[in-house]
Amino acid sequence: MTGKSKRLAVFAVIAALLSGGVFLVLSALQDNIVLFFTPSELTPEKMTARQLRIGGLVEEGSVQIDGLEARFSITDSAAVVSVFYNGALPDLFREGQGIIAQGRFEDNIFRAENVLAKHDETYMPREVAESLKEQGVWKGLSSK
Amino acid sequence: MIAELSHFALFVALIASCCQAILPLYGSLAARPARAAWLMASADMFTVITGVTVLFAFSGLVWSFISSDFSVALVTNHSHSAKPLIYKISGTWGNHEGSLLLWIVILVLFSMGLSFSRQQMNAVLKARVLAVQGIVTTAFLAFSLFTSNPFTRLDPAPVDGRGLNPILQDIGLAMHPPMLYLGYVGLSMAFAFAVAGLIDGRVDKDWARVMRPWVSAAWCALTLGIALGSWWAYYELGWGGWWFWDPVENASLMPWLAATALLHSSLVVEKTGQLKSWTILLAIIAFSLSLVGTFIVRSGLLTSVHSFASDPARGVFVLGILLVAIGIPLALFAWRGPQLVSPTQTQLISREAGLIANNFLLTAATLIVLIGTFYPLALEVATGARITVGPPYFDATFTPLMSVLVICMAIGPLLVWRSGIMPSARSTLTAACIGASLASLAGLSLVNGLSAAAIAGLGLAGWLGISVIGDLLFRIKPFGPGARLQRLKLISGPVWGMWVAHFGMVIFLIGALGEGLFETEVITRAKPGETIMLAGQEAKFTGVEARQGPNYQTETAVIELFENGRQITTLYPEKRFYPAARQTTTEAAIRTRLSGDHYVVLGDGDAEKGYTLRLYHKPLVSFIWLGTIFMALGGGIAILRRRPTLKTTVEPA
Repeated sequence: MTGKSKRLAVFAVIAALLSGGVFLVLSALQDNIVLFFTPSELTPEKMTARQLRIGGLVEEGSVQIDGLEARFSITDSAAVVSVFYNGALPDLFREGQGIIAQGRFEDNIFRAENVLAKHDETYMPREVAESLKEQGVWKGLSSK
Repeated sequence: MIAELSHFALFVALIASCCQAILPLYGSLAARPARAAWLMASADMFTVITGVTVLFAFSGLVWSFISSDFSVALVTNHSHSAKPLIYKISGTWGNHEGSLLLWIVILVLFSMGLSFSRQQMNAVLKARVLAVQGIVTTAFLAFSLFTSNPFTRLDPAPVDGRGLNPILQDIGLAMHPPMLYLGYVGLSMAFAFAVAGLIDGRVDKDWARVMRPWVSAAWCALTLGIALGSWWAYYELGWGGWWFWDPVENASLMPWLAATALLHSSLVVEKTGQLKSWTILLAIIAFSLSLVGTFIVRSGLLTSVHSFASDPARGVFVLGILLVAIGIPLALFAWRGPQLVSPTQTQLISREAGLIANNFLLTAATLIVLIGTFYPLALEVATGARITVGPPYFDATFTPLMSVLVICMAIGPLLVWRSGIMPSARSTLTAACIGASLASLAGLSLVNGLSAAAIAGLGLAGWLGISVIGDLLFRIKPFGPGARLQRLKLISGPVWGMWVAHFGMVIFLIGALGEGLFETEVITRAKPGETIMLAGQEAKFTGVEARQGPNYQTETAVIELFENGRQITTLYPEKRFYPAARQTTTEAAIRTRLSGDHYVVLGDGDAEKGYTLRLYHKPLVSFIWLGTIFMALGGGIAILRRRPTLKTTVEPA
């Protein structure tokens, strides 16, 4: 091969590798993104997602714990989602606390695989704080 | 008084760093020869003035924290008189203002390190590197003084402070930021060398030889810093994991990947003079990613479990610094880049080709992490949709890429510079193949239903491990028994460093595989007196008692661990309540052995209904951090056992 065609071949190989890589990365990304919604943003077709995250406040009086199984509701004051979770709840899980649950819907009940509350009592997940502000029920907790 | 003096010292530092930035650069570019030498030599003096004043200001801030001077607003907001001394000190950098000052302290320490170093280097290059360091120092001193003054006073001073987030009162977290910053800021040296090299286009073997130890030092610190952070997350967050692909973790991984690539590409520049432009570009990228790592996180653009302090207003300043730090060097690069020609063509089978493959893979890995970290941010800005990209994305992209890298890590060292393979390569690779098969077979016979990925992972660990040992042994084999030891001594520091660091990767893999494949997790609700089975051992839960700590109260569970009927230890997982901060934290109880950890977390509950307990057995998990220590050790050997090059290599024209 002459120098020129050799260089062309090298470029072709690199281009092929790159585009293949980009394709793989993007498809992995497409398969693995997890959308976040507040209860009032949910629609029936959104509820069919393989994985999603729901954020809001734990509704007062909704928590029932039986052994490791917990049932509670997440609310953003405009809508409510019933959640079922089998596992260890985080320290700061309590009624009125902002949390995020990750999982999927089965028969209109959100089966959470993971429940997150942040470390700090006054800290609220950003998405939850923003949606509460939108709903006008923000109580002015600082996000510090 | 101390606060005012310290504040004043920072202003003096700002003026001195301005001089450090301007005068040597002017001297090296424009002045007449007689004056030029004097101006360039002034770099050392201004570096020392900046360094001493910054150190004075930082000591003043540390002293304010130690003496609990609550008239300083920062101390009031982040300290408390009832806090143990060590956490008063670490509280200095447990907040935005203080951590920024720590960042500057490390920056001036690196500048002074270069100023005092006995490295043989060109006076013009040294003056310019110090000047670029001066520019960076000036930018951050201005950032500190004008947006984040740590010495603001409160009048009247409150009686006591508002404590510190108790989760930050921890030895791992006290050491993690300084170590991580040492790595981040150390990359500023690579950046300074890159910019200095771009100014006159003199990027040669000598340039790389002088720069490399600084890159190695930064890389070692970054490695240990990330490891400390991961260790902290492991024992403190109580989730039992050691890496969560959290945005903040990713932000520290990206500069590490880029620095690893830089470490390897600058070796090519030093040995053959190739890859000059690419190395310069990598140095700029690595430092930019460090800036992103430090400040995008602190500015609150990325939310995560780790974000304790966020203030979007400062983000603008940071973004400004970032744009300048990337923009100006790139403009210089566009101007000088075409002049940086490599002397020879690269042969396909050569050490430099292997290192190019290494750089290709590491850069791709950096991009993958970058996309996974910033895609949610970009999407939210563009469409308002809020998403997260979780571990499955990284498992599907990052892990396969790293596997290819591990395969290459065994082959690369067997290639010879310019062209060809080592005489011992065939034997080493054969041994590595056998090692890989044995490791996979061992896994298959020990565990039922191992996944294909797991078998491949074990094979990779065996492959790399045997290749490193094989490379060492087969290199000295041709010599007589008496000469072999002599031969080992003759092998240079960087080669030893490579073996140790690559073997660190093997140890890390063993840990990650052991934890990932053979972990046992039990989540249960238990009443006092119950016994829980955990990976062949019995954990007896005797009850929960209340205890009093230095500045907290606890609920402490007592769990006795039995093996074959014999008690091996008692574990005390706790829930702590800090009255000063009105916060609860969970403290996992961990029994650490090289063979594996027992890890117990106490959840909520009461004696009547039982307590939620999470118990884990994590085989070989300590190897993860042990591996990173080996990696850093390898970097250290490469720096310390460098042979001084007395002759300056002259490029053939």
